[in-house]
Amino acid sequence: MRTLNEDQVEIGLVLPELSIELTPTVVISTALATMDFTPVHHDVEGAQAQGSKDIFLNILTTMGLVERYVTDWAGPEALIRGINVKLGVPAYAGDTLTFTGSVVGCENGEFTVEVRGKVSLGDHASGTVRFALPG
Amino acid sequence: MTIATDPTLHDRLAALAERQIAAGESVGAVAADPVNVPMIRHWTAAMGDANPVYTDPAAAEASTHGGIVAPPAMIQVWTMPGVNGRARQGATPVDGVLAMLDENGYTGVVATNCEQTYHRYVRPGERLVPATRLTALAGPKKTALGEGYFVTWNVAWYSGEEQVAEMLFRVLKFRPRTRRDRGGGGEPAAGREPYPLRPAVNRDTAFFWEGAARGELRIQRCTACGELRHPPGPVCPSCRSTDRGYAVASGEGEVYSYVVHHNPPVPGRRTPFVVAVVQLPEGVRIVGNVVDCPPSEVGIGMPLRVTYRQMDDDLILPMWAPREP
Repeated sequence: MRTLNEDQVEIGLVLPELSIELTPTVVISTALATMDFTPVHHDVEGAQAQGSKDIFLNILTTMGLVERYVTDWAGPEALIRGINVKLGVPAYAGDTLTFTGSVVGCENGEFTVEVRGKVSLGDHASGTVRFALPG
Repeated sequence: MTIATDPTLHDRLAALAERQIAAGESVGAVAADPVNVPMIRHWTAAMGDANPVYTDPAAAEASTHGGIVAPPAMIQVWTMPGVNGRARQGATPVDGVLAMLDENGYTGVVATNCEQTYHRYVRPGERLVPATRLTALAGPKKTALGEGYFVTWNVAWYSGEEQVAEMLFRVLKFRPRTRRDRGGGGEPAAGREPYPLRPAVNRDTAFFWEGAARGELRIQRCTACGELRHPPGPVCPSCRSTDRGYAVASGEGEVYSYVVHHNPPVPGRRTPFVVAVVQLPEGVRIVGNVVDCPPSEVGIGMPLRVTYRQMDDDLILPMWAPREP
C-alpha cells in the first residue's frame, strides 16, 4: 500500500468505487466495535418494533466507512483532517453500500473529496472528507 | 391521536435552549479505557480497514506517524458509554431540551448531520475526556417526517488540556405523523412507516416490480411464441420455451371476480378492503385491490384503471380504481 503524493491528486479526479455488502454480520460487528449497543443495530425484532424494516448501520460506522473509503484510495499515510456527513436514508442489513467520490478542493496542501454513499433507498450519506498528504 | 400543542411550548423551549447555550461546555466522564490497540483492531476488522498504521507496529513505526495511531473516525468510540453505561456519563446540556421535546410529542428522532474535525491523531495510552455544549435549536419546521425541531450540539475531546478533536452533531426531533395527517381512512397510508408485507421479488418477478416502480404494468411474454402469462414463471405453458420478456399493458381492466375482506386483520391494512381478479383486455388476469370507491360499489364487470400506491419509502403496489366505461 502506497500513499499518493500531492502531484497525483488534482481537482476532478474520480475515486474508484467501493461497494460493501451490508450483511447482518457487518452491521452488528461494526455497531459493537464502535461501542454502540442500541438495539436497532443488532436486534431485528427491536428494530422492527421501532418501525424500521431491519437492523441498520449506526452513524459511528458510517463515519468509519467514509474514512476507510478515502484512505483505501489515498493511502495509509493520508492524514485525515475532517469528515462532514449529511445523513440520509438508513443503510439496512441486506443492502449494499456503494461509495463514489471525486476530488473537489485543493488548498494550502489540504485536499477535499466529495463522497456519496448510496444504498438501494437512495443516499445514505453524502459529504466531504478533508485530508493532507505527508511529505 | 394528535397531541395538542401547548401554546407556551415554543417559548419555554427557546428559553431553556438559550440558558443551556449560555452555560457552555459541560465536561463528561473520562473514557473507560485509554486509546488501545485491541479496540482499534476490533474496529478496523469490522470496518474492513486494512490501513497498517492503526495495527501493525513495524509499519506504523516506519510511517509518517512514527508509531501506532488510532483511526480518526474512532474518536467518538473512546467515550461511548458502553452497555448500560449511560448513568455513569452524567447529564449533558442537551438532555433537558431533548426531554422537553419528548414530553411534548416530539418523540421521533433522526440524525441529520455529523461533522468531525481532527486536530491530530491520538495514540495508544491517551485517555480522552468529552465535553458537550448545546449550540442551536431551530424550529418548529415542517419536514417530510412531520413538524420538528433541529437540535445541534458540539462535543470536543480533550487529552489532558489539549483539544484533539471536535464534532458537530444535529438531530431532528419530530412529531411522528398520525394516520389522519396522511389522509388514511380505509386505505393504506402513504408514509415513512415501512409497509409490513413485502412482495416475493426474484429473477422471474423482478421485471414486474421494477415496472410498478416506474408506473408500468408489465406482463410476462414468451419470446418464442408471443403468449402473455401472469403471474410470471420460468417456462411458457404453451410452447415450453424458457425465453421470456414482457409487454407493457394498457392499464385498463375489469372486475372478473372479487371478495370483500373483513377478517382476519391484515398487518398494514384497514378492513374492509376489496381483492379482485382483474381481467385485462390483453387476455390475462391479475389479482389486485380495488381502491377509490366503497366496497359496496364494486361489482363484476366494473371497468377499472390501474393506479399506483406508494406503500412506504421503497414499495409501490399497482392497484385498481373505477374508470368510466
